[in-house]
Amino acid sequence: MAIDLHKYANPTRFLRIANAIFPWSIVVSVGLLVAGLYLGLFVAPPDYQQGETVRIMFVHVPAAWMAMSVYSMMAVSSAAGLIWKHPVADLSAKAAAPIGACFTFLALVTGSLWGQPMWGAYWVWDARLTSMLILLFLYLGYMAVWESFEDQSKAAKAAAILVLIGAINIPIIKFSVDWWNTLHQPASVATMEGPKIHGSILTPLLIMGLAYTSLFVTIFIIRVRAEILGRRLRMLRVNQLQE
Amino acid sequence: MSLHVQSLTCIRQDRLIFKSVELSLSSGEILWVKGRNGAGKSSLLRILAGLLKPASGIVSWDGTDVEQEPEQYQQNLRYVGHQDALKTAYTARENLNFWSQYTGTNNVAAALEAFQLQTIADHPVRILSAGQKKRSNLARLIACPAPLWILDEPVSSLDTDYIDLFKNLLETHVKAGGMALLATHQDLGLQSARHLDLNDIWQVAG
Amino acid sequence: MNSFLALLMRDMRLAYRQGSALTMTLSFFVIAVTLFPLGVGPELDVLARIGPGVLWVGALLACLLTLDRIFQADYEDGTLEQLLMGPLPIEFIVLAKIMAHWITSVLPLIIVSPILAISLNLHSDGIWAMVISLLIGTPVLSLIGAVGGALTVAMRRGGVLLSLLVLPLYIPVLIFGVASVEAAVALLPMGPHLMLLGGLSLGALVVCPFAAAAALRLAVE
Repeated sequence: MAIDLHKYANPTRFLRIANAIFPWSIVVSVGLLVAGLYLGLFVAPPDYQQGETVRIMFVHVPAAWMAMSVYSMMAVSSAAGLIWKHPVADLSAKAAAPIGACFTFLALVTGSLWGQPMWGAYWVWDARLTSMLILLFLYLGYMAVWESFEDQSKAAKAAAILVLIGAINIPIIKFSVDWWNTLHQPASVATMEGPKIHGSILTPLLIMGLAYTSLFVTIFIIRVRAEILGRRLRMLRVNQLQE
Repeated sequence: MSLHVQSLTCIRQDRLIFKSVELSLSSGEILWVKGRNGAGKSSLLRILAGLLKPASGIVSWDGTDVEQEPEQYQQNLRYVGHQDALKTAYTARENLNFWSQYTGTNNVAAALEAFQLQTIADHPVRILSAGQKKRSNLARLIACPAPLWILDEPVSSLDTDYIDLFKNLLETHVKAGGMALLATHQDLGLQSARHLDLNDIWQVAG
Repeated sequence: MNSFLALLMRDMRLAYRQGSALTMTLSFFVIAVTLFPLGVGPELDVLARIGPGVLWVGALLACLLTLDRIFQADYEDGTLEQLLMGPLPIEFIVLAKIMAHWITSVLPLIIVSPILAISLNLHSDGIWAMVISLLIGTPVLSLIGAVGGALTVAMRRGGVLLSLLVLPLYIPVLIFGVASVEAAVALLPMGPHLMLLGGLSLGALVVCPFAAAAALRLAVE
């Protein structure tokens, strides 16, 4: 006896679209990554103050963008999951979380490597780095909630509540950390703003941003596909037990 | 007053517990829910108490879908589950006082008397035996009166004298126009009770 | 309203009867704060400099210790599901329990904080600012903590997860709370900081009961 087949109508459509996009997203990711890294590491001019180390920016800044936007995407899809009970929405937030956490981690590591030549220390309590660190904690908490519930539908709702509270809090955290930073640091200390942005730097930066986005889509499809198949497998086992 | 249930299906953790359960209950009736372990007795009772959402199906009270006005429906029912919902630092009387204040009812003295709890009413629940705790828990039914009783294993850990006492209270409640739904393993020998066997439902649904 | 008061009074009386929890929280707060002079050395200037931060972090951690009790005991003995079936909407059940938690577990910390502040050589203006900022800011701790407590209520070892979930969200309160004390010590106006703290409290008051209620519904199912 089969249960609740309509629940799988949507995932099926999602899988069809995802399978169609997948090969293209691999090609696009590789192409953009190669182009972005080449432009960033070899073509873009060194900064007159920071010299060659400024090139870390092309890895760091887009990763920080991704860290924020993946969390926003998780918040939106969790809200959709709560409101419309769309089955793929929960799974997609779950699938996106570890990828977002990796981007956050990458931003933190590259940020601290960049900080070494800039400030002479691997870790400086700079407002942006601190916000990134807190964001990493939020990602870890979100993933831990998924791990802690046995019932996947409960885990989905609990994680959705958490990610929405986090999404409301992120601007507040960001604001408070900026505030804290200005209170405790004299304004003359350099921030992660980097040099004034002009074309030769902006182009590779944007290309890297697109490359990361496309990389995200590629890994995301792999993970959602695995989630959907895993859920089907569980369902089949249960149905088999009951027959 | 009456309770109607139509084609109720319960799925928990992707597992189908039961499907297409139909039942109805009106004033003066007792329904005994039977079934082997895992047949879904507790789940059914929790759904009827509004604690669990069914996967599909309709529960209606006096013709109104309880989904629409859950608070109003829940004012008409008292549920006794596996856990005793007693604060061990409080005495039985204090526990009952809280529940009657909370639900806006006032019948604590009668409840203590009905379950013969007067002598132990002022001891902290911490030092009571399992059977005494169970009686203190059941006393909530009288302390906070409501027409529909939903009872999950109400007589576990009661000795035979108190089981008889409880049966009398149950029958009095029903005669006075109340109704009750109970799940037990053992047959209480309630002549008037109708039966609902969840095992049968499974076989029909096959 | 009667149900709300009944629940609030019951929780407060229970906390009073199980007084051990309160003394443990207070002792933790005192010991944690005492560790700092031992750790960083007894120079009065240094202590006065780090005092506001130490007290706020201490209060935050002491509060964290008590969060799991907001819902856990009621969940385990079946009281929670009975409460949910009662006449009070879940959001108000949550609010009553949050109020009880703040009064029984956080307010005592605020009351002893001036003594600890003196031991850290905090300026007398700073001590007043400390108490006021704690009064305005700590409701956020109980409110956000209730969401974490509700999410982890059904887990056997929810305590560690609870701190992972809740502590990052506490950061803004910590920052504005400490900033207001430091402003008072520097003889600067602390109004803006207190307004921000109050804003956080009000915002949390609007959002958190709903989130915690949704999480509790999940736990009981």
